[in-house]
Amino acid sequence: MRPTDPDSALPVTRYTADSRLQHPVQMIRDMFRDLAAGRELAWRLAVRDIRAQYRQAFLGLLWIFILPLANTLTWIFLSGSGIVNVAETDLPYPVYVFTGTMLWAIFMEALNAPLQQTNAAKSMLAKLNFPREALIVSGIYQTLFSAAIKIILLIGALLLLGIIPGWSILLFPLGILSLVLVGTAIGLMLTPVGILYTDIGRGLPLVMQFLMYVTPVVFPMPKEGLAATLFTLNPLSPLILTTRDWLTGLPPDFLDYFIAVNLIAFLLLLVVWIIYRLAMPILIERMSA
Amino acid sequence: MNDTLIKVEGVSKKFCRSLKRSLWYGMRDLGNELIGRRHSRDGELRRDEFWAVKDVSFELKRGECLGLIGRNGAGKTTLLRMLNGLIKPDSGSIEMRGRVGALIALGAGFNPILTGRENIYVNASVIGVSKEEIEEKIKAIVDFAEIGDFIDMPVQNYSSGMTVRLGFSIATLLQPDILILDEVLAVGDAAFRYKCYRHMDQLLKNSAVIFVSHDMPNIGRISSSTLLLSKGEIAFLGDTLDGIEAYRELNNDPLSSNHDKIVTTYPPVKDVSIVGLPNEQQFSSKFSAEIIIDSEAHVGHCTLRFNVTDLSGNYVASCVVNSDEYNIKINRGKNHWRIGFSSLPLKADRYMLRATFTDSRGAIIALWHNGHQIRVTGGHLGIVSNCQLDLCSWNTL
Repeated sequence: MRPTDPDSALPVTRYTADSRLQHPVQMIRDMFRDLAAGRELAWRLAVRDIRAQYRQAFLGLLWIFILPLANTLTWIFLSGSGIVNVAETDLPYPVYVFTGTMLWAIFMEALNAPLQQTNAAKSMLAKLNFPREALIVSGIYQTLFSAAIKIILLIGALLLLGIIPGWSILLFPLGILSLVLVGTAIGLMLTPVGILYTDIGRGLPLVMQFLMYVTPVVFPMPKEGLAATLFTLNPLSPLILTTRDWLTGLPPDFLDYFIAVNLIAFLLLLVVWIIYRLAMPILIERMSA
Repeated sequence: MNDTLIKVEGVSKKFCRSLKRSLWYGMRDLGNELIGRRHSRDGELRRDEFWAVKDVSFELKRGECLGLIGRNGAGKTTLLRMLNGLIKPDSGSIEMRGRVGALIALGAGFNPILTGRENIYVNASVIGVSKEEIEEKIKAIVDFAEIGDFIDMPVQNYSSGMTVRLGFSIATLLQPDILILDEVLAVGDAAFRYKCYRHMDQLLKNSAVIFVSHDMPNIGRISSSTLLLSKGEIAFLGDTLDGIEAYRELNNDPLSSNHDKIVTTYPPVKDVSIVGLPNEQQFSSKFSAEIIIDSEAHVGHCTLRFNVTDLSGNYVASCVVNSDEYNIKINRGKNHWRIGFSSLPLKADRYMLRATFTDSRGAIIALWHNGHQIRVTGGHLGIVSNCQLDLCSWNTL
């Protein structure tokens, strides 16, 4: 090829049967290029989804916190009436359970987003070659949006209940981000298989329901027994506890654990991002075949 | 400007007939991909699988247009989807150079809840067009698509024609180096279609185009070469004219067994045959045939009906003549005649010939049906009607 040839500057795309893992440098470069190229799309998708989601609902944005609020009231009732015996908490129980369910709701949303977004975009995926990362980023945007509304409500409620957050509230957004990070990483991990088999989508709520009860969302950390081991082993415990502590101004007990979980989640996210990319052509072939 | 933009080498793709198994193979492919192994090993078919595309190779340079033809399910769209990177080939390699604009299937690549305008931005950013460039072109795109105020409406409210208009406008006006069009123009109205074809002619100066259509005259007009797929394999690759012929023959294949020769005679005629017909005939030149009728008695004047049918049996040309106009009678014994035609003004294709003889009272005395197949050649590929006119002069006055 002559160097003056205008064509020699053109980007070349190769598709072969070989696994793209065999060209890791090229793959990682592509990943970040696509992430950048997908921002515009992600933003537009998120704005549209948010608008569409609440436009058709009479209660609109209220739905963002109706469910956690109902959950809170249920637990306040269960514990107050003595149906369920909840151990002492450092915070007043309503505050404890309200912050817990709100944070848990944010985590769940982040967890569900990748599979939901990818499923919703099936027809687009089958016809248009766009950066697949846009779907994930769009999901994160949407989660952050509804988290912001929840947080405003949460802080308002805390002030009403007489809890004045201290300086540590400045760290609180970090806690939210780590909830979203861990949720996205796990959600993205489940997505490739979840696209092929709907079993994942059906089974997930069951598993998560159980997980919620072994995470200090509505129950405080048990001191001993099997429950204590389960709570401690559960990597979600430090996330919820630390974030809640930062919000309410208590000293966080599990800061090291919290940082470790975040680091692991970050690495997991990178790995599952690669898996997601590699999986996409295979999934698209199966979803439209 | 002579560089190869598309290079496809030995590309194959298999699909699975059973959904359950397909999902399971998907899991296994995924596993292989993740441990860095080759996608679905080296191309053995697993149970329930078949080749949707098998061993396809071609190259396309800037300024060339490849007409991709084949019957439904021949693997055209699968091939295009691989070219666009939506799915991976199971073997072989594909190399695409430059910006790719693709319009695959209806409503291609639009997000239904975004408005037309937003979709333009999204599609453009996807193929790597800068924001300034879109701003510059957005008016041209909207104008070309002729969708006016609908541009700010969600695409899900568009009619299929409007969707295609917008899709085509985006794909072509962003000046891709490679343009992939999958049967999309069939939906647009005639006026828009012609506009698109005109636009494609201009685009072809700077791009390589792959164009799927069942509209042979347009394939013939636009394509510089054709690729005919049959059951996933290349049935023909090369000159457009021959490709279209090959496609027609492929289409006609299952029918040709029905073209049994029927030769029947009624007393007093004993035998009829027509010989000396050309196998290939240039549409505007003369041709002739010899008729031999063996009769046991004098019949006198007769009427000849000479018909040309296409391979599906539809009549496309005929003549009815009384033999007395030519001073011809059927006498006892062998009658040997020569008939001549000044031309066979049909579009290039294969045809069957039939002749029927009736006596002066109109009773059939001899049938000679599907006795000869003739291939008409010549004329322009863009001819849409069965009959083609032979223009004999065009002078300046």
